[in-house]
Amino acid sequence: MSAETQLTIKSVHAVRRSTMRRDELFALCNRFATNGGRLVSLWATERQADAEPEYVLSVALQDADGMQVVEALLDSAQPEYPDLSGIFPVADRLQRAAFDLVGVRAIGGGERRWLRHAAWPADAFPLRHAPMPAPGESSDDYPFVRVAGDGVHEIPVGPVHAGVIEPGHFRFSVVGEKVLRLEERLGYTHKGIEKRFESLSLENGVKLAARISGDSAVAFSWAYCSAVEQVANCSPPQRALWLRALLLERERLANHLGDLGALGNDAGFAFGLSQFSRLKEDLLRTNARAFGGRYLFDALVPGGIAVDLAQADVPDLIAEMDTLAGEVALLHGIYDNHAGVQDRFVGAGQLSPELAKRLGIIGLAGRGSGQPWDLRCDLPQTPYDELGVNRIVRAQGDVAARVGLRFDEALESARLCKRLLAELPDGPSAETVGDASDGASGYGFVEGWRGPVFVALTAAAGNRIARCHPHDPSWHNWPALEHAVIGNIVPDFPLINKSFNLSYSGHDL
Amino acid sequence: MLRVLKQIAHVGLLSEPLPPPNDGLRVREALRAEIARVFARAVNIRHVDAGSCNGCELEIHALENPYYNLQGAGIKFVASPRHADLLLVTGPVSRHMVEALKRTYAATPDPKRVVAVGDCGTCGGIFGESYASAGAVANVIPVDVVVPGCPPTPTALLQGILAAVTAGERKQT
Repeated sequence: MSAETQLTIKSVHAVRRSTMRRDELFALCNRFATNGGRLVSLWATERQADAEPEYVLSVALQDADGMQVVEALLDSAQPEYPDLSGIFPVADRLQRAAFDLVGVRAIGGGERRWLRHAAWPADAFPLRHAPMPAPGESSDDYPFVRVAGDGVHEIPVGPVHAGVIEPGHFRFSVVGEKVLRLEERLGYTHKGIEKRFESLSLENGVKLAARISGDSAVAFSWAYCSAVEQVANCSPPQRALWLRALLLERERLANHLGDLGALGNDAGFAFGLSQFSRLKEDLLRTNARAFGGRYLFDALVPGGIAVDLAQADVPDLIAEMDTLAGEVALLHGIYDNHAGVQDRFVGAGQLSPELAKRLGIIGLAGRGSGQPWDLRCDLPQTPYDELGVNRIVRAQGDVAARVGLRFDEALESARLCKRLLAELPDGPSAETVGDASDGASGYGFVEGWRGPVFVALTAAAGNRIARCHPHDPSWHNWPALEHAVIGNIVPDFPLINKSFNLSYSGHDL
Repeated sequence: MLRVLKQIAHVGLLSEPLPPPNDGLRVREALRAEIARVFARAVNIRHVDAGSCNGCELEIHALENPYYNLQGAGIKFVASPRHADLLLVTGPVSRHMVEALKRTYAATPDPKRVVAVGDCGTCGGIFGESYASAGAVANVIPVDVVVPGCPPTPTALLQGILAAVTAGERKQT
């Protein structure tokens, strides 16, 4: 039977938490999806109860009422649960990953391994408490779906790619230059992040959280810090929250500037790359001067922020945003009026709003296909509740839409940065974090530049981590890329892929 | 077109002089003088992400921006290890990337150099060695130069790359 508890979280929206039977879970998800709710994440945990292992499936869901986490206790001898991928397509890979790591099975779900290739034996599960056997070989034979027919051939790409990007494998089935099917195979950068969390203290875990996906260091470390602050009953000072938002928007700006340059370059417009990479470099150099680092890996700590901003730097940082906004607007005009660039952008990699909704696409790519989810607007936490973020959505769903969205979001972030700087509250930049109670759970969710990141955390005795599950929005959007590329030509794939710019490391963990 | 030209003129030349090589980053001295003579500092780099968090990749990208202007130094990134003189490897090496990294190394023609990038590439970093991570790049292939940092700055990367392809003191021209 379901028992519901309400976690009250200062400065963050409350997360409803409940436990139920596994068949009730299926019905709840069905109801949720019908009412327009979405799956946030799905993960499994092995708990040690009186030396007997027990298996828990956790599902995080979001709808107009907010965020909720539902847990179902599975049978210890045969840990199984009903397949949820028919309700939420994104659940397919998450369920396969939950089996790879914890050994809990979705009845009737996909059976192909996902995160596990061959680095550990098929019958070993790294997130169980039993010691792992010695590492095995690192190559195996993945059963890709074959496309047959006259003139159909396969192009295998990766894991080592031609550019400076992360490793993954793409299997294209093509006729001539036209893509009939793309199948992704990920998991190459799986480096045991969830297991590693279990050897860290709550305080030190933030260093690992910041390195889940290097381009989203602020987003992940903020989500992690909120989770720690809940389990330790700590509320960070206002100034710290405003500075976190400032750093998050600067992270969004840096990534959008980088992508806008790279997208121009992928369309054969090298001018775009040199202009935007210059603007990004200027922004990073300001980070180094004002916050002590080009990338903000260790800027956030549980309880607040590790790097306070000197008042003397505020006018410069405001002026920087004015200059940046002017340059971005000018370059937007140049991109929009460049026939060659628009010829490549418009209509490429199209994902219709209907399909995006069915697949559950979120974040930047989702907003490019008419899916309005943005945590800064949906569940605004301090200081976003005071800032009033303008939600930006486009419906065309092509590369041009995702480029246009980046231009508009960059200008909106510049506006937010200026307000955050002008109205920055005084006071301390961090609060002491007290002791967490053994077994307490906390949840963090933050709209990073790519989309919503989510962290679920359970504390162990002595302020250690019992379980930490981070979720990157790339889980939701990688399957969409497979659809967006259908019918396009192979040479357009790098452009389409870049327009999504999904994380491998944040997904593979 | 006019606006593009105006913007180019308005921004002007931003390229900064190359930093000197940092000889302290070398961990292996084999054949250094010979390789420096062969390469004459015109170097093709193949980047391999062997499991990084993508932070190092962001700074490697920065090498190609107008400030660092890597191409202006005669150094460029290439799409295949078969065209490369130097492998720039970020880590930690995930066990799922061990085979791909070994094959990339084998596909790179001799003489070749390897630069391991970042704290993770240098020693495994925060991820260390585990069921899923083989740790430092040197645990999998021979490494000539390490560039620690999380992530290392573009200047540190340049110093490491130059240390790998120059012989001791940089020639004054």
